[in-house]
Amino acid sequence: MKKVLLVLSVLMILLTGIAQAQDTVQLVIESWRNDDLTIWEDTILPAFEAQYPNIDVVFSPSAPTEYNAALNAKLEGGTAGDLITCRPFDLSLGLFQSGYLASLNDLPGMENFGDVAKSAWITDDGSDVFCVPMASVIHGFIYNADIFAELGLEEPTTVSEFYAVLDAIKENGQYTPIVMGTNDQWEAATMGYQNIGPNYWKGEEGRLGLIDGTAKYNEGGFLQAFEALAAWQPYLGDGYQAQTYADSQNAFSLGLGAIYPAGSWDISVFRANADFELGAFRPPVPDGQADCYISDHTDIAMGMNAGTENPEAARTFLEWMTTPEFANLYSNALPGFFSLSNAEIQLDDPVAAEFVGWRSECASTIRSAYQILSRGEPNNENDLWAASAAVLNQSMTPQEAADMVQNGLEQWYEPQMGS
Amino acid sequence: MPSSRKPFPIHIVVFLAPAVIIYTLFMIYPLLDSLRLSLNTVDPATGNEVYAGLQNYQRLFTDALWQPRILGALRNNFVFFAIHMLVQNPLALILATLLSSRFIRGRTVYRTLIFTPSVLSIVLIAFIWRLILSPIFGKALFAPLGITLPPLLGEPATALPTLGLVSVWQWVGVPMMLFLAALIGIPDELIEAARVDGATGWGVFWRIKLPLILPTVGIVGVLTFVGNFNAFDLIYTSQTALANPAFSTDLLGTLFYRTFFGFQLQLGSPTMGATVAGVMFMIILIGVMIYMFTWQRRLLRNTVEL
Amino acid sequence: MTARPRTPLGSTLQLVAAHAALLLYTLIALFPIVLIVLNSFKTRNAIFRTPYAFPDADTFSLVGYETVFSRGNFPQYFANSVIVTVCALLLIFIAGTMAAHALAEYKFPGNAIMGLYLALGIMVPIRLGTVSILRLVVSLKLVDTLAALILVYTAMGLPLAVFILSQFMRQIPRDLKDAARVDGASEYRVYWMTLPLIRPALGTVMVFNMIPIWNDLWFPLILAPSDANKTVTLGAQTFLGQFVNDYNAVLSSLTLSALPVVILYVLFSRQLIRGLTSGAVK
Repeated sequence: MKKVLLVLSVLMILLTGIAQAQDTVQLVIESWRNDDLTIWEDTILPAFEAQYPNIDVVFSPSAPTEYNAALNAKLEGGTAGDLITCRPFDLSLGLFQSGYLASLNDLPGMENFGDVAKSAWITDDGSDVFCVPMASVIHGFIYNADIFAELGLEEPTTVSEFYAVLDAIKENGQYTPIVMGTNDQWEAATMGYQNIGPNYWKGEEGRLGLIDGTAKYNEGGFLQAFEALAAWQPYLGDGYQAQTYADSQNAFSLGLGAIYPAGSWDISVFRANADFELGAFRPPVPDGQADCYISDHTDIAMGMNAGTENPEAARTFLEWMTTPEFANLYSNALPGFFSLSNAEIQLDDPVAAEFVGWRSECASTIRSAYQILSRGEPNNENDLWAASAAVLNQSMTPQEAADMVQNGLEQWYEPQMGS
Repeated sequence: MPSSRKPFPIHIVVFLAPAVIIYTLFMIYPLLDSLRLSLNTVDPATGNEVYAGLQNYQRLFTDALWQPRILGALRNNFVFFAIHMLVQNPLALILATLLSSRFIRGRTVYRTLIFTPSVLSIVLIAFIWRLILSPIFGKALFAPLGITLPPLLGEPATALPTLGLVSVWQWVGVPMMLFLAALIGIPDELIEAARVDGATGWGVFWRIKLPLILPTVGIVGVLTFVGNFNAFDLIYTSQTALANPAFSTDLLGTLFYRTFFGFQLQLGSPTMGATVAGVMFMIILIGVMIYMFTWQRRLLRNTVEL
Repeated sequence: MTARPRTPLGSTLQLVAAHAALLLYTLIALFPIVLIVLNSFKTRNAIFRTPYAFPDADTFSLVGYETVFSRGNFPQYFANSVIVTVCALLLIFIAGTMAAHALAEYKFPGNAIMGLYLALGIMVPIRLGTVSILRLVVSLKLVDTLAALILVYTAMGLPLAVFILSQFMRQIPRDLKDAARVDGASEYRVYWMTLPLIRPALGTVMVFNMIPIWNDLWFPLILAPSDANKTVTLGAQTFLGQFVNDYNAVLSSLTLSALPVVILYVLFSRQLIRGLTSGAVK
């Protein structure tokens, strides 16, 4: 016992010694981007620390499914990091209104972002902006080009071409046609429903219709999107109900599947792990429809914990994030996160460049539930997760799922009530 | 008795003080304060907590959003408990009975190895089983055996029973040890006497051993009950706080966590969280009371102990 | 152990069946653990293509361990876990034996009620008070410290410790203590004398408290989540979340965080199991 105590005290002295040896300010970043940890540690943070050697920044992500709850727990307990990665719209607005995020109105460099970029992290009256916009993400499909070549397949542009390709892959039998699981729910909602949906609900027209009460989830494009998603079921891999997001990434990068419904942020994951050619095609348009729409979602920003003990250093870091230098570094270190800065950016990754090229071909919109519709209970985004997973698990028909989401919205959202 | 005659036995206070202070401050006070908090609600106008009586409890059990969640968690919790009572404890008793025979060679080795999962962290256990049952690694694992692995953790019907069995796998060692201790404590003469009377091994177990270890059976039962109605870690690490799929693995513990801290885009609520904790408190209290007033009272008539 | 002419299990057949059952369950208990350790030494492709194979020259890889050592902070987490567990056990031991001594040794008004009060916590999980514990810890400025964890775990462990120890202390013969009192020993001295006598019950108390404290995820997650204060359990959970795609790193971190516990367990399994099976808990 004595020996154990001796060893322990030596250990403790060593540990405190290590802690005191550092004279620098330490900043901790809270984030849900666990996939980006090595890139932050190896590329982005060293570039900052080279300029500001007395500020030590630690990137401390948690899994995307746990991030919001874990962050709330830490904010409630006062243990959250100095810098907080902001989800867009209502969730971050809620954090700002609860006093957890500091206002960044007077942060030098904010003028490098346009109004659209800032729209996701600003109060309704436009008086306070509380996060530095980082990037938008675009949905589409990434495919294994080696498999496409092997089976002699072409990139589909219409829905019927899309299903012809899926049938061909299924026919061949060696590969899973669509690599996606429903275990984590958000994967089905984000990579599925919000990926193909804008083509059915005509992008902004449909989304704003929901907000002003003229569109409904259980009719028109929003219902068609659920029906289109449900049609994927026969093409998913065995056991897709238990397949997590990480399982999907892993299966695709091991070459087990042909098509991966993607967020552009997946590009960097596959660049690191996959040893085959990647290709990308945009969400297929319904046959005979001329216009195309893509989800180009203002997704990620960085704010300052109002309770931080190092506001000076945190603001220094945020200011650095407004610079063109950061915009270039970030966009190229993490291909698939498209900077929201006004600065000119040259993208080196061809697949990332392809994604961003769709902006000029199609009309952009953001995910349907993020702005205003996620302020009440039941939470609209949460309902979409459950509904998207349910139609793929065949526990609900598209109509039932759409009714559930619409009913949830009608319970609290004024413009949708009593109609 | 010299001590009881002193005018003011200050040493008793000194002896009791550290335990009573730490215990009261960090256990009793928080429990009572949580119960108080569950009777409060946040005034949306001022942001202050105001007294609301049983309104939160009423909301929890009648509101269209809350009711399916709390009833679902309650139902799942009883299923989870039933799995442990029907699988874990009988299995533990069988293993303990086998291990208590002194004619089994290497029984200390068996005992040590079977207990190993109980010392491992839940994080490892959840991850190991998730991996084994995942459609990617699990497929590679079971394909050589000619088994097509169903998505056990992805189907609402199978996810909870599967996790129940994982929990049994982890914890079976503990009741096994308690049973073993009780079985070893049975005097050899009793068993020998029964054998002389012509009892078989099976008969000895039912007529001699089982009645004698009934107090342990009761304790294991109530420990299982308290542990299960307080369970959280396995579901959280394996299925996240969302208790996938479609809340089918939601226990009161995960509901408590979600309610308190929020989830996805939903913010948390300390008062509703405390309300869920209040419900858990009542259930555990009722369970322990039932044990105390039925099982233990009946046993006390037959034993001189305590 | 000498072979005996007759076995109470009856025939050799029964003995074989008993061994078969035990062996089968032992395999079930160990298979997942062995699988993880085995595959942690293989390349990513080999993990998924040939999960049962031993690593060979082609498939052997330590890349996962390299990632864990360069990215993870496991020595620190391990030290935190040791500090928290040892300090909490020490506090439980000191405060628990003192209170148990008072309850077992002295007749004073309220003795029974005090015993009941302290025993309440055996059946009521401390987790239910989390909302208020967090607020309390914040107001004491102990949030995100190991001290917060130590105090909570001490409060959690005390009820059972006091209950078991006071039961046990009642069985200690009085003569010894009374003889000391006649020699003029103070009550504190008498308490000190009883400590060596309670060793058998102590094992049980320590084991019953050590496992849940070491493996707890709930309170580290809520009370001390920063990287500097993470325990091994939380550290492993976070690491798994961060490297969810890197199966080499995941399997290596699982192996590494299990290793110290398993080594300790194997070394002390005799004592640990004796603690569990000793008669103190009936």
